[in-house]
Amino acid sequence: MIDLKGYGPALLDGAVVTIELALLSLALSLTLGLIGASAKLSKSRVASGIATTYTTLIRGVPDLVMMLLFYYGGQVAVNNLSDYLYDAYGVDFFFQFDPFIAGVLTIGLIFGAYMAETFRGAFLAVERGQIEAARAYGFSRWRTFHRIILPQMLRHALPGIGNNWQVLLKTTALVSIIGLTDMVRVAEEAAKAERMPFHFFIPVAFVYLSLTAISELFIKWLTKRANVGVVQGS
Amino acid sequence: MPEFLAELLNRNDIFTASTIMEYWGGLVTTVQLVFLSLVLGLLLAVPLAIMRTSKNPLINTPVWLYTYVFRGTPLLIQLYIIYYGLAQIEGIQQTFWWEIFRGAFYPALLAFTLNTAAYTTEIIRGAIVATPHGEIEAAKAYGMSWALRMRRIILPSAARRAVQAYSNEVIFMLHASAIASVVTLVDLTGAARNIYSRFYAPFEAFIFVALIYMALTFLLVFAFRKLENYLLQHQRPVNG
Repeated sequence: MIDLKGYGPALLDGAVVTIELALLSLALSLTLGLIGASAKLSKSRVASGIATTYTTLIRGVPDLVMMLLFYYGGQVAVNNLSDYLYDAYGVDFFFQFDPFIAGVLTIGLIFGAYMAETFRGAFLAVERGQIEAARAYGFSRWRTFHRIILPQMLRHALPGIGNNWQVLLKTTALVSIIGLTDMVRVAEEAAKAERMPFHFFIPVAFVYLSLTAISELFIKWLTKRANVGVVQGS
Repeated sequence: MPEFLAELLNRNDIFTASTIMEYWGGLVTTVQLVFLSLVLGLLLAVPLAIMRTSKNPLINTPVWLYTYVFRGTPLLIQLYIIYYGLAQIEGIQQTFWWEIFRGAFYPALLAFTLNTAAYTTEIIRGAIVATPHGEIEAAKAYGMSWALRMRRIILPSAARRAVQAYSNEVIFMLHASAIASVVTLVDLTGAARNIYSRFYAPFEAFIFVALIYMALTFLLVFAFRKLENYLLQHQRPVNG
């Protein structure tokens, strides 16, 4: 084993933070993606307009800039809100905006926009007749969604979700810049203190590589499951 | 300068001439960094993609490994390894390389180039593999050598298929370049961070820079749409 100069446990904790951050952001982005895709496909002009603005704005701005805006701006906004509440109603409310929350919010919001595009395509890939048939059988809208649309769209959405997840995982590294002690942050501090950059960054790179490799296998397995019963030409 | 603009700038505490110049300097750095890394990355990626499609495992495995590692790890880690790592190489301080890699610009350029080259290699490889078999067969029937076939048939045809994915990579690179600010480079994001810490004004500093990035992104999207139209001219319907 390589000698991590006593930074081993901290690196391990950092890796756990990275994984937690990635999974929470994934959950948020999937939720936002579903909402965004439904809004984009809805007949309401307002809803589709908002969703289109959201996805366009997100794709124009770098993730780091958005993260810095949320982290530094979030605290200022919370401070202003608490000042206002105290002055107007005498409510004593304060809330420390930490990098973890800023990270989850930013990454979730960014990938929510990409997921919305993925889901939109997948929704459109479900045959119209399937939905009509379900409605004709008296399925409610919610039932049609989770019994008919969701299982069929999933196999179209999975490759896109998989790609987004792989990019998301690597984006979590950025949260070290706003001060979250994830794996990258620990490695950076250790590398500076010990003057051994290769020694600390290369193991971290390997952790990321193995995470992406494991996800790749998992996504393959999921895709295989979602495609059960689909006859594919070879 | 128009009157109203001067008025606006005079009454503003944050967007004074000096901060505008700081943003301008950042814009120049960002554009240089992104443009150079894309050009160098593309130059590297074409031969690498051809090697990657080779049937000889001795040629294609190293390229596969390179793209796998660079696509599987965050760009931030690659930047840290190159930026902090180059200085640690034994004896580099005595060679002329030290003059080049001493600052932050060239290490960042190296990291970005290697990263974008890895992604671009895979994009071009995908496009080469998807070349219709008939095109290659026809070229062979005409007696074209491997090199001529590559130059006249496969690469132009692959370029048309790759341009869409490549435009995404270019935009991705523009956005990824924001991390250059963590290794002390004053690019657009670096300028915004400086201005934020000077005035403690997160919204002004970062929203302004976000708007600049957005303008650059849309400019690129527009340019690539034009390029795509040009490359796919022959496929347009006659009266379309």
